[in-house]
Amino acid sequence: MTHLSAKDKDIVKGFWAKMSGKAEDIGTDALSRMLAVYPQTKTYFSHWKDLSPSSAPVKKHGKTVMSGVADAVSKIDDLSGGLLTLSELHAFTLRVDPANFKILAHNLIVVMAIMFPADFTPEVHVAMDKFLGALARALSEKYR
Amino acid sequence: MVKFTEKERSTIRAIWEKVNIDEVGPDALARVLIVYPWTERYFGTFGDIFTASAVLNNAKVVAHGKVVLKALDEAVKNMDNIKKTYAYLSRLHYEVFHVDPDNFRLLADCITIAIACKVKSALDPQVQATWKKFLSAVVDAMNSQYY
Repeated sequence: MTHLSAKDKDIVKGFWAKMSGKAEDIGTDALSRMLAVYPQTKTYFSHWKDLSPSSAPVKKHGKTVMSGVADAVSKIDDLSGGLLTLSELHAFTLRVDPANFKILAHNLIVVMAIMFPADFTPEVHVAMDKFLGALARALSEKYR
Repeated sequence: MVKFTEKERSTIRAIWEKVNIDEVGPDALARVLIVYPWTERYFGTFGDIFTASAVLNNAKVVAHGKVVLKALDEAVKNMDNIKKTYAYLSRLHYEVFHVDPDNFRLLADCITIAIACKVKSALDPQVQATWKKFLSAVVDAMNSQYY
């Protein structure tokens, strides 16, 4: 479905440069929202003691997720090749239903809108939505 | 039927009070058209809505954005009866406008994002969850007359 144009990639890289200083907060907030707003996602974290917003496991995992996103930004020209290991992880070990990638993407976008209201114009919104969609597709590639 | 607790009702009203329909409506609709361009198919009479800048400068998009959010006000005022309140709108979108109902979900997401831009951290995770419950009821009501 999605092809990232040169313009999309520039917008994503530009916005990422603004965001990256707050990456951990963004990850924590997005995950907190995902767990609170879409309780079905909690099923993947039954091994955590505390699933409440900004708990220690949520913070730690937010950081992990965002370093994955950072990696994806740096490999934006070849997401499937660049994210092979992560893709295999999600397919064979984590086995996350790929529908949840959309849910997390939505919550990342909500956090971007809250933290960068002036910068998160509709053009940035569509570029990020496309990028997160392409990222989700790269992560789902090894599933079947 | 969706039931809202007293706390949920006041949360929804509190957020809604912060929403300027004249700003959030147009922003949400512009985002729908820009982020999900297939939705352009429903607005053949709006003129040029084929680029982001055309959408953002289109007076009909602005006007219609306000219409859509005013309708949401009806849902806020009739939280116990959203299905009945929206039965007419649902029928209209099905029989007259032929809108794929998946688009209601997309519009709901864009409304949330437009609100997030405005109210920022007032939309904390708990508030977002409650607001989503409300919008899900609205989306369900909009689907209800599709059969």
